[in-house]
Amino acid sequence: MDYSTLRRQITFMKKSFFDQGYLDEQFNQLEELQDESSPNFVEEVVALFLKDSPRLLTNIEHTIGKYPQDFHRLDSLVHQLKGSGSSIGAVRMKNECSVFKAHCNDKNLEGCRRSLQRMKREHATLKQKLESYFQLLRQVAPREHAVNSRK
Amino acid sequence: MADASAFPYGLRVLVVDDDPTWLKILEKMLRKCSYEVTTCGLARVALDILRERRNKFDIVISDVNMPDMDGFKLLEHIGLEMDLPVIMMSIDGETSRVMKGVQHGACDYLLKPVRMKELRNIWQHVYRKKMHEVKEIEDHDSCDDLQMLRYGFEGFDEKGLFMTVDSDTTRKRKDADKDHADQDSDGAAAKKARVVWSVDLHQKFVNAVNQIGFDKVGPKKILDLMNVPGLTRENVASHLQKYRLYLGRLQKQNEERILGAARQDFSNKGPSENLNLRSSFQEQPSNISSGYPHPSQKIQGQNSVLDSQLEDTKRTVPLPVPDKSLNSVGSVAASHNVAGVSPLGGVLSFKGLPVNQDRKPSETMNLGCPAWNGGVPSKQFMQYPKHNHARCDLLGDYACLPKPDLEHPIAPGHLFTPPPLISMSCSMELDARNFSDVKPGLLDCLKSLSPALTCTVDSVSTQLSDSVVTSADADRKFSSVEGLPSTNFDQTSNQGALVRSQEPSIICSADFSSLTEDLPGYPLQSVSFENIGLGGIDLFHYNDAMILSGLQSNWYDDQDQFAGDTIDYPLMDGCLFA
Repeated sequence: MDYSTLRRQITFMKKSFFDQGYLDEQFNQLEELQDESSPNFVEEVVALFLKDSPRLLTNIEHTIGKYPQDFHRLDSLVHQLKGSGSSIGAVRMKNECSVFKAHCNDKNLEGCRRSLQRMKREHATLKQKLESYFQLLRQVAPREHAVNSRK
Repeated sequence: MADASAFPYGLRVLVVDDDPTWLKILEKMLRKCSYEVTTCGLARVALDILRERRNKFDIVISDVNMPDMDGFKLLEHIGLEMDLPVIMMSIDGETSRVMKGVQHGACDYLLKPVRMKELRNIWQHVYRKKMHEVKEIEDHDSCDDLQMLRYGFEGFDEKGLFMTVDSDTTRKRKDADKDHADQDSDGAAAKKARVVWSVDLHQKFVNAVNQIGFDKVGPKKILDLMNVPGLTRENVASHLQKYRLYLGRLQKQNEERILGAARQDFSNKGPSENLNLRSSFQEQPSNISSGYPHPSQKIQGQNSVLDSQLEDTKRTVPLPVPDKSLNSVGSVAASHNVAGVSPLGGVLSFKGLPVNQDRKPSETMNLGCPAWNGGVPSKQFMQYPKHNHARCDLLGDYACLPKPDLEHPIAPGHLFTPPPLISMSCSMELDARNFSDVKPGLLDCLKSLSPALTCTVDSVSTQLSDSVVTSADADRKFSSVEGLPSTNFDQTSNQGALVRSQEPSIICSADFSSLTEDLPGYPLQSVSFENIGLGGIDLFHYNDAMILSGLQSNWYDDQDQFAGDTIDYPLMDGCLFA
């Protein structure tokens, strides 16, 4: 695949993230932060998120199992996940977190369980998409370090 | 600061957030604002850092939801102890939460995702605060300055004489209240009218108050009795106000305890002793009025009075007075605690250590008075190391005086040697960890109160405002302070003392810089630093350097608040006077 095709593919992919609501403005903000002193900033941040969020998901799952009636604790954990998701602009995850929190509020254990499952799926999807994206990016990296198709 | 060219580059920010992703992002954003950033993933570690490097930060940004400590609690602590502006962050923008933040003293509340432009403006809070402080000082310093100057210079020759002649004996031998000659020489540094309330000075104050009788006390009377040259009525007045607040708070705390105990056993001598505190509290429900029981004398008097009341209570229908006092005080105490800052919560939540009666001033004074509201005097008070003995020499040997009676009602846990010492030593045991390693172990958050954590995080942020070691090596932490060799963490306690007494030394030399320069024979220097025993001479030289380099002005800036005489001033924590 030649360079320009790659670039087009990257651009398209990124646009789809936005169109399909996987990512929001925050992702752009991250790209704007990227500069010479941190040429791989966005990728690093995303990597950090993808590394840390499974832990949060596990905590949530664990809490539902161990303290099924402790909605306050659950809410707190979901809140953490929500905050984390907001860092990279993971809109769908953020929204699912809001739904999840509503279930906690209603003390709806079944609702919480469902939310958790959806959350895990969203997370897996997002992870796969982002990883593909950065893989592509790395292929064009030697020529450009900052991929900001908005410019 | 009005124009762009005056943008506060290098503003020193501490960011606290348990989310590693956000921490990284915020750090990047703040760096882009040309600020100096230190990051921290745990609230407790953040507090340690702030205590350790008291004056090395201008502002703190913290998330609201953190696993090891509620962000609001951290906010309180910071406000109480360091009085730094704190900005809260959260993904939750619910009005009630924001309100809570403001109530706890946050100077701003940012919603995540935070934008660069919001961070760019945070310097306003720092600036605003400084302006506020400067204004307070200006209100009080104007005429005092001249007086101090006069004293300072006039006593000059006498000082010289005293120094070279047998100054030690001269100083120690008598009650400084009576000895004017002595006093002239110990006037605070002629530079500025910054009264530093050392332990000894405060001791004099308390003695004066005791002597006069707490009810009849007034700044003028105290001032006269203390007879400290250079001390002004205003200084005493503001100190008295704080003292009253402090006592008031002690009482409340006591009441809290007693309310529990007294209800169970009304006839006990123990509670009754405190009951009398309560009833007197009830008599003067307002915050800052005279009439708080004078620590030593009054209480005994009231004790007997209440005892008899209690006796009656036992025998007959409970007297309205004690009951009322119970209830009303209870509610007053409760309401007092509910409103605004709840120092009790802050205090009790801390790893309090029992009061160290033979307190090494350097430890107790320096750290951990978490309930220290507003944090104004805390900086100064807290940094009085053994150096106070030096003052003691000047003012008469008050070091051997019994500590103020304030202690008696105080909850032991309330007075403590600084927790951070403990936490630091705990954390010593940990190896250096990656931030990512620590994160999973958040449940063991106490253990991960590791400077290593901070270190590791710090290694991400490549710059630090001072010579703090940035390696991920657990051995070397922000233990190193400018000019001082960084030591291994194994020597934390020494180091702790070293770090802490370094700052007091700053005060010492700041106060006496003019003296020491001009009075080479002045024993103060040797006395104080020998006591510190940490290569005091080195410290002194270091401090000299600091002063010369103008860092002193920073120091004074932080201290500026003291001279202010606002009602906001916090309650004085027991540890100060322990």
